[in-house]
Amino acid sequence: MEARFTVRQVSSLGPDIHRIVIDAPRVARHARPGQFVIVRPTSDGERIPLTVCETDPASGTITLVVQGVGRSTDDLLSLGEHDHVADVLGPLGLPTEVDRFGPCAIVAGGVGAAIALPVARAWKEAGNAIVGILGARSASHLILVDELMATCDEVHLMTEDGSTGGAGLVTDALVTVLQEQSIARVFVVGPIAMMRAVADLTRSAGVPTVASLNPLMVDGTGMCGGCRVTIGGQTRFACVDGPEFDAHLVDFGALAMRNTAYRTFEACQRDLIKAAPHDETAS
Amino acid sequence: MTELSKRDRMRMERTPVPLRDPVDRVKDFDEVSLGYASGLAVLEASRCLNCTRQVCVDGCPVGVRIGDFIQLVADGDFPGAAAVIHEDNVLPSVCGRVCPQEVQCEGACVLGKKGKPIAIGYLERFVADEERRNAISASVVIAPPTGKRVAVIGSGPAGLSCAGDLVKLGHRVVVYEALHELGGVLAYGIPAFRLPKDIVRAEIGALERQGVEFETDVLIGPGMTLRDLLATEGFDAVFIGTGAGLPRFPGVPGEELIGVYSANEFLTRVNLMAAYDPDARTPVYDLVGRPTVVIGGGNTAIDAARTALRLGADRVTLLYRRSETELPARHEEVEHAREEGVHMRFLVSPIAFLGEEGWLRSVTVERMMLGEPDASGRARPEPIPGAVEDIRADVAIIAIGNAPNPVLTRATPSLDTSGAGTITVDLTTGETSIPGVFAGGDITTGGATVIRALGAGRRAAAGIDQWLASQTS
Repeated sequence: MEARFTVRQVSSLGPDIHRIVIDAPRVARHARPGQFVIVRPTSDGERIPLTVCETDPASGTITLVVQGVGRSTDDLLSLGEHDHVADVLGPLGLPTEVDRFGPCAIVAGGVGAAIALPVARAWKEAGNAIVGILGARSASHLILVDELMATCDEVHLMTEDGSTGGAGLVTDALVTVLQEQSIARVFVVGPIAMMRAVADLTRSAGVPTVASLNPLMVDGTGMCGGCRVTIGGQTRFACVDGPEFDAHLVDFGALAMRNTAYRTFEACQRDLIKAAPHDETAS
Repeated sequence: MTELSKRDRMRMERTPVPLRDPVDRVKDFDEVSLGYASGLAVLEASRCLNCTRQVCVDGCPVGVRIGDFIQLVADGDFPGAAAVIHEDNVLPSVCGRVCPQEVQCEGACVLGKKGKPIAIGYLERFVADEERRNAISASVVIAPPTGKRVAVIGSGPAGLSCAGDLVKLGHRVVVYEALHELGGVLAYGIPAFRLPKDIVRAEIGALERQGVEFETDVLIGPGMTLRDLLATEGFDAVFIGTGAGLPRFPGVPGEELIGVYSANEFLTRVNLMAAYDPDARTPVYDLVGRPTVVIGGGNTAIDAARTALRLGADRVTLLYRRSETELPARHEEVEHAREEGVHMRFLVSPIAFLGEEGWLRSVTVERMMLGEPDASGRARPEPIPGAVEDIRADVAIIAIGNAPNPVLTRATPSLDTSGAGTITVDLTTGETSIPGVFAGGDITTGGATVIRALGAGRRAAAGIDQWLASQTS
């Protein structure tokens, strides 16, 4: 088969975090905010779900943000310009609901910023004021800050070590924002514990909240049921019913548990496991 | 061979097919059945009574001229036999292996009334394998180009058979497949020990040589839509063969536990992603020494059970809610599974999965008894009050069927569907509620068999051909 999916540009956004621009004309033409792709680095590789961060229909390219968290994502980090990947399938999943909601908050942890950016842009374009809250372990792990600053009406940066912005968690900033402003809707993406904390906060504040979930996935087309999540007591498939769900109905405990299924396998596959803020490892 | 009398033929025993020893075969994923060599094939074919009215053909959903090809095998004209089969069946080496012959062609065979029916499946497989071994392809007549283009969505059995017929009629055909590998359920679902993957690739290769174009990594629905295919991609008609790919779960507590798999996920990891290979990038749980249960009684359940054995599971038990008589799986596969050591428990149904720290440890089942026949005509299983027990299991594989894949239908509101999510079609032509759009296979019927999908693909190809002709005039 001809090389259809050629890497056009690679840049580093942070420690083991790359921004990869890749040829995928069909995806570029059709993808909407919130949708994702499945990438297979090599013809014997794993199928890795990744959110589409940006699209350029004119040049037929899409932008992916990849964090190395395991053997397969490491394969993606080793890609250089003019390399190609075996497969890119997408867009997959349901697009983000976009409407004129009123003032919105977009809360992102770690590489979740790559998922939050297209949503922030779409909600802004629909006429909503946007408060961005971006958190990470430290300053070097904050990504796409300029892009979010350019999109949002205000941006709060939070780092756990205080190396940039406020010291603490995104929820600390969100508490203040919810106290000071009337927020109509919240979008949250990041580590499961963070999404759960945000959901708990907005539930008590009565603010509708959408969470973008990251369960393990194989095919991404509804076929395997591996990505099933429990939403309001019902089994749903993140690949075809999501990946976004009402955060107040998500069983985050079950999601966190299921995502550990192949930890031992992954540990064997990689000399070193790195704690991942937004673990997008397919397994 | 000297001419045998009808009585001689009826006295002959059915020729058994050589099988690998169960002790060896459970250690790998190589094919279990070795198939007939030419001598055995000719011997078996010579049993055929060559009935004037071939009832076996009525039992075949694609109408292969069974008596004719078997006579050619008996005469030793294997290429001739292949040519006859190819007229009606695009996947003979697949069908020879996976069709439920006992309820189709062989079920109708006159020899079966007193003795054992002729082994039509083994003979079909022999003819197709012989053709591939000798690298001869039956000459397929392709009509002159019509200038019409047809898109086929899904490269499973329905799509392949539709594409195969359309290309013979002179239409240009592009098959879109969402996964990275072609074949649909033949690639991700049916294990290699029953259907080696190089056979699937060879059958698809033959279609490619006939002019069918294939494109992987394309999912119609969330990106490119049905409308795009007709409006901007320049297709004159579309066939939808997206299958019943959405696994059903029983909806009982604990099904989110780690260790609970859908059969689709389990088999996809092993077949499509080659998880049986320790070097594969995609993992499957380490089953070595782990008690495993499979819930269901169809071919997929049997496939999952035998796959689990090959991955080293400690004890594999099939749990089926009706009795052995109602088992829907092919008889041969059930026998093979037993020989290999799959345990079977009948009249039990899961009511909960129990775990420790997120990992499955046991399945609670209730015992059932058979009541009145239900809508399917089979006795309805009903729980026996208070008859509940726990079965130890680290892995539970759920094979209770699949719902139609919703991706395309959700993105296409104008496509009429039934309450169950299947696409509504004209049963003769396969046409849907959208002019020029046809469908067939599991997406229109719910989970069925490879051969039924092939039949539906053929009918739709004829329907599409007619429709294209009506558009020109």
